[in-house]
Amino acid sequence: MKKVQFKSSYSQYLFLAPQLGILLIFLYWPIIQTFRDAFTMQDAFGFGTQFVWFDNFLFIFDDPAYWIAFKFTIIYSFVITLITASIGLLLAVQANNVMHGKSTYKTLLIWPYAIAPAVVGVMANYFFSERFGLLYHLFNNLWGFNWYESVFDSYIYLIIAGSWKQISANFIFFLAGLQAIQRSVIEASMIDCKNSIRRFWTITFPLLMPTTFFLIIINITYAFFDTFGIIDTTTIGAPSGETRTLVYKAYMDGFRGLDLGSAGAQSIMMMFIVLFITIFQFRYIEGKIHYN
Amino acid sequence: MTRLITSGFSHFILFIGILIMIVPVWMIFASSTHTGLTINTHGLQMFLGDSFYENYMRVLLYQGGFFKEITALKMFLNSFIMATGVAILSVITSLMAAYALVYYRTKYATLLFWIIFVTILVPLELRIFPTYSVMAELNLVNSYFGLIVPISASAIATLFFRQFYKTVPDELLESAKLDGANTWRFFVDFLVPLSKTMIVAMLIFMFVFGYNQYLWPLLVTSSEQYWTVVMGLKMMSGSIVHRFAFVLMSMVPPILIIIVLQKHFIKGVFQDK
Repeated sequence: MKKVQFKSSYSQYLFLAPQLGILLIFLYWPIIQTFRDAFTMQDAFGFGTQFVWFDNFLFIFDDPAYWIAFKFTIIYSFVITLITASIGLLLAVQANNVMHGKSTYKTLLIWPYAIAPAVVGVMANYFFSERFGLLYHLFNNLWGFNWYESVFDSYIYLIIAGSWKQISANFIFFLAGLQAIQRSVIEASMIDCKNSIRRFWTITFPLLMPTTFFLIIINITYAFFDTFGIIDTTTIGAPSGETRTLVYKAYMDGFRGLDLGSAGAQSIMMMFIVLFITIFQFRYIEGKIHYN
Repeated sequence: MTRLITSGFSHFILFIGILIMIVPVWMIFASSTHTGLTINTHGLQMFLGDSFYENYMRVLLYQGGFFKEITALKMFLNSFIMATGVAILSVITSLMAAYALVYYRTKYATLLFWIIFVTILVPLELRIFPTYSVMAELNLVNSYFGLIVPISASAIATLFFRQFYKTVPDELLESAKLDGANTWRFFVDFLVPLSKTMIVAMLIFMFVFGYNQYLWPLLVTSSEQYWTVVMGLKMMSGSIVHRFAFVLMSMVPPILIIIVLQKHFIKGVFQDK
């Protein structure tokens, strides 16, 4: 914190007021209502609500569809994180390695970051359409790909659609991380270790750890929340609900099923999952990595 | 020699990476310049056709047909208003909030910090129906205000500004105090000009964030007059080539902004000197 500061006065709260006001009305108030929804149940005619303790939570735990979405969310975020981080790192290392054209490569690889997930989904849709989709026919010829019926194939479809633009974000952050490593460290390591692949894994990669863990969180958040637009414009959960993330399922139950109690309980479960990952990140991972 | 080989290998990998990024977008663009008949009989196209002008003009201007009550042009205007609103509102509120957090001494510092930053853990998707009810109660459904404000309820920019303020040397405030600057003057005359790079980066970031919103506009606009481009993807009808053209145009504004303002964006986010 700063050594020199202003004394607290009403003016501090004037500076805070706009953001706090918006957060209280449009964030905290809805969160309180989410909790209210999660612990109540509306009667069939929507006339009244009844406090039902943990019934909504017990109901979702009993629902196989919830665990199917749970499983998909875990697999999806894991695979997307793995694919986008590896390809992003590979490209960043190569871009950092070339003498000429570094900034051109940067420009040519950065732009997919700006595309909306829903737009990516619609595009993916064209490449996986049964009628004229190139990838659909390529995969179909290879192993009889059919995402309308096969769960595995619909996973493949969503993983490709979901990874494409996120490679870009990983590339930018890894490249920035690589460029932040001091020249002297690199030069010293070149003397100690002639093998460039071994040098990368023993010197460079450990120095990139802060970037890597930051990106793991970014990618998991992306797979949890931002993929909504992708799923809603591609499989919509096809074959039969196996490709819905927890967020997508909660939305559908609330919107289509008008079951706000269940949607609220699912949202709160999701908040706990995010909180758990965040705490885990701070407690166990941040403590074990070395910042340069 | 080995240097040349490894460098050649790097160029090759990067070239493949760029192809993976560009080819899908190019094919949608090339296909959007053909007629619907070509696409339906021959599939996606790699080379340009000659219906560019015809297809794009129709998508942009066709009144009453393509989108019943709204033209694509109006949707672009709505998206622009929404994205600009989100960018300006969230950057101004975050700039001020971060100032209050870093430059004031108060016993509630930790509490205020947590009240603001815990919100990053609860994205709009997790509170979407209650947020909608709040908007409905306040009569803000189908308005620009309704599109903009809930998306601006974000502390991400505040986090960046806070990090940035912490790197500003203490001497700045000391000398400003000697000059007799009060809290408001110090903020406006010293800190805001100094934060210019970060402000531009956050404006770009929040503009793209606002422009790319999909679920919220879908929920909060029942009147077609307020439809935005990205949610409009869900509403598209008409010939396949017109849909290609619309999808392609929908990605142009954010891509253009990122490419043109790339240096400012990267400078701000990574605090590059």
